[in-house]
Amino acid sequence: MTEIIKPADYKSDLKPVWCPGCGDFGVLAAVTRAFAALELEKHQTAVISGIGCSSRLPAYLDTYGYHGVHGRALPVATGLKLARPDLTVVVTGGDGDMYSIGAGHFIHACRRDVNMTLLVMDNRVYGMTKGQPSPTTGPEVTHPMSTADVRARPFNALATALVAGAGFVARGFSGDPDGLARIITEAIRHPGFAVVEILSPCVVYRPEQKQWKHQVRRDALIPAADLNAALELAMNGDEMATGILWREKRERQAPTPPTARTDVAAIAEAFRV
Amino acid sequence: MPGSKPMNPAAKQDITLVIAGGGGAGALTAGELLLKAAARRGYFGLMTRAVGPQIRGGESAALLRISRAPVAAHRDMFDVLFAIDWTNYARFTGEIALAPGARVFAGADDMPQEVAAARPLPEHFDFRALLARDERPNMFTLGFLAALIGIEADIVAAVIAERFAHLGREVRARNIRAAATGAAQAARFDPLLRPPAARAPQERWLISGNQAAALGALAAGVRFAAAYPITPSSDLTEWLGPRIEALGGQLVQAEDELASINMLIGASFGGVPALSATSGPGLALMMEGIGLAVMTETPLVVIDVQRAGPSTGIPTRSEQTDLEIALYGLHGEAPHLVLAPMSVPDCLFTTAWAVELAERLQTPAIVLSEQRIGQMNMILDAPALPDMTAQRKLAQPAGDDPCLRYAATADHVAPMAIPGTAGGMHTPTGLEHDARGRPSSQPADHLAQLRRRQEKLAAFDYGDHWAHMEGEGAMALIGWGGAAAPVLEAARQCRAMGVEVRTIIPRLLAPAQPDRMAAALAGVERVLVVENSHSGQFLRYLRAHYDLPGEVRSLRHAGPAGIAAGEVRAAIADLLHIDDLKQPEAVS
Ligand SMILES: Cc1ncc(C[n+]2csc(CCOP(=O)(O)OP(=O)(O)O)c2C)c(N)n1
Repeated sequence: MTEIIKPADYKSDLKPVWCPGCGDFGVLAAVTRAFAALELEKHQTAVISGIGCSSRLPAYLDTYGYHGVHGRALPVATGLKLARPDLTVVVTGGDGDMYSIGAGHFIHACRRDVNMTLLVMDNRVYGMTKGQPSPTTGPEVTHPMSTADVRARPFNALATALVAGAGFVARGFSGDPDGLARIITEAIRHPGFAVVEILSPCVVYRPEQKQWKHQVRRDALIPAADLNAALELAMNGDEMATGILWREKRERQAPTPPTARTDVAAIAEAFRV
Repeated sequence: MPGSKPMNPAAKQDITLVIAGGGGAGALTAGELLLKAAARRGYFGLMTRAVGPQIRGGESAALLRISRAPVAAHRDMFDVLFAIDWTNYARFTGEIALAPGARVFAGADDMPQEVAAARPLPEHFDFRALLARDERPNMFTLGFLAALIGIEADIVAAVIAERFAHLGREVRARNIRAAATGAAQAARFDPLLRPPAARAPQERWLISGNQAAALGALAAGVRFAAAYPITPSSDLTEWLGPRIEALGGQLVQAEDELASINMLIGASFGGVPALSATSGPGLALMMEGIGLAVMTETPLVVIDVQRAGPSTGIPTRSEQTDLEIALYGLHGEAPHLVLAPMSVPDCLFTTAWAVELAERLQTPAIVLSEQRIGQMNMILDAPALPDMTAQRKLAQPAGDDPCLRYAATADHVAPMAIPGTAGGMHTPTGLEHDARGRPSSQPADHLAQLRRRQEKLAAFDYGDHWAHMEGEGAMALIGWGGAAAPVLEAARQCRAMGVEVRTIIPRLLAPAQPDRMAAALAGVERVLVVENSHSGQFLRYLRAHYDLPGEVRSLRHAGPAGIAAGEVRAAIADLLHIDDLKQPEAVS
């Protein structure tokens, strides 16, 4: 491979559309550091996203990327990884993208356990559409978009991922790019579907999230001994704790590209009367 | 002999039969085995199914046509009905017209009033007296009908043995005994058909439209599929699964159609030709994804095996009413391909062609099949496998220059760098973009890309495959998909009666081909547009994109019965003021 070791080498020449102070800058930094640590070949790496501020991330990388429609990044990535097991596939998106419009795919991606890494930038708000509540917004937040008397409880992504079968579940913080890069590196190394929930502040619509840097407990999570213990932490533990919550022990299987055993003419023979 | 009135003399060449029965009677199994045995005996033929709303069991009927010559559709009426029992038979009477003088055989005498009126009188068999307790009436029915059309016992025994191979020797023997008992009973009646001199030559196939479509896709190079189960497309997908796997590809059952279409996009972005099959409700869910494929210029093929809508509609029955959503259902201005196969064998060609075009033009293609074609089983001369193959314009590994994924080129198609191509790194986006694929809201970029996406489809030469055409004359019949069979049949009947008509069956619906259609319509003074739709979607489509000369009439109705050749002939008779054409069905 060519000599790529610097995180900056993974950056494209596009200038991010993100607002000053947006947490997603830290995620971008962490992603490039993780890629550099893993010495990924740029042309063998694909970063797939949907729609949202966070979903703009692939365009800022000089790898392959795909910026699809809102909520459908996981199916695009699944199709790509199944068709091309030789690639390293990473998926990025927001809490709206992954837990609302794409929530069905989130659950089934966990079940399917295709070898790829999901990075969810959770800002507990719809950033791109300017501030509406998201699935991780608490019921105390009021907004003109939601005046019906329903008090939806915040979606617990880590617990859902564990229950749905994800073999690697972690939480990171965009304000700690080095720590986050280490988590992402481990997530990409995990030979299966890996979920990394990233606390990534939206300083415009949730200015109080600027305080997260004081509230986050770095590396407070260490891989739980068993799934029940992981679930207990996901349900009742500190939601500002970062680290790897669950890592299922398994052998790393080398991807086996499908191989042909027959040809179309032989298949067509079956129609002869 | 009882009930031995002379048959319609033409029926010696060609016969239409119904096998009906209630839940568990096995009418469909009897029909499938009869068709297979007929194929082995050297006949051509086809079979469709009419089933009730129940998922399993419930009333069902196998509708067969067996002929010494190739056939493409049912005739308008049925010559023979064998009712294993009469459970809920009345549900089919709107769909199954018995010919005057039709023969009716039954395993029970509680027949409905409308059938009791048939002449000659129905013939009953007392299965309890004729069969041992563990022998099945549907196998009796199979043996009986097979013998009446001259199929020898060894062929019947062989198809039974193959079908029940997994159930053990005892079951096979019992079924063969029941069929032999039926054959013995047939000796009391005049034969219904004179069998061909020779048994089936090796080069005949028995295949359904859905199978042919899947085979066409494989032949053209599809190696990734994702789908969510939906009637009447699931049998296509289920046939495809093990075969695509054996070819080194894969099929994923997606969590929904939103996932299926986006999985295709991912696989195709990865360089692997990809396909999904669905029906109307699933196509509706895929629309946003298809638009994304248009915008990012990602090739893929979606087969919509149409069923009656809107909404859940009539899931098991045919209609041609997804035309407008397929043509116009994408938001924004999103040029894409829409194709329609006109017959069971044409599913093979048209699907392969759709794959080839989608790959070449880097755009999604919707193939509008329909239940009538997809779930029709047909005996045909073995077709050649289509020699179309997916050939995508790929970018070569590059140096430091950025990938010009969406640049202007002579044919308006830019080379695609698939992941793994060194130097080709880029990020396709559903946002409007510039030539490098970078998001852009500049009007100039929007205009340039809109033009290019349209031009690459408009400028391509689709050749003669765009439509199937027969005949001359100043009267044109235009139909599509499953309406092609009655149109072509009516045209043949007209020609046999000395009335020249021409038929135009467009296979490529989008992009429209105005110059080709104008040439096809040169000299035409009257047009009859035929479709299986209530509101006339196809007529609207033709009027929007083509100049239809002279007097234009529409023959259309929705619903499972479809269009009968006799109706088409009657409409031609009205248009041309030739009353002779209105005579009852003339059998070729
Ligand atoms: C089908 C569809 N519905 C709605 C939208 C509008 N939309 C764009 S981004 C978005 C939500 C973004 O929130 P999130 O996924 O949390 O990402 P963020 O912008 O906060 O990073 C919505 C609703 C869309 N693009 N497509």
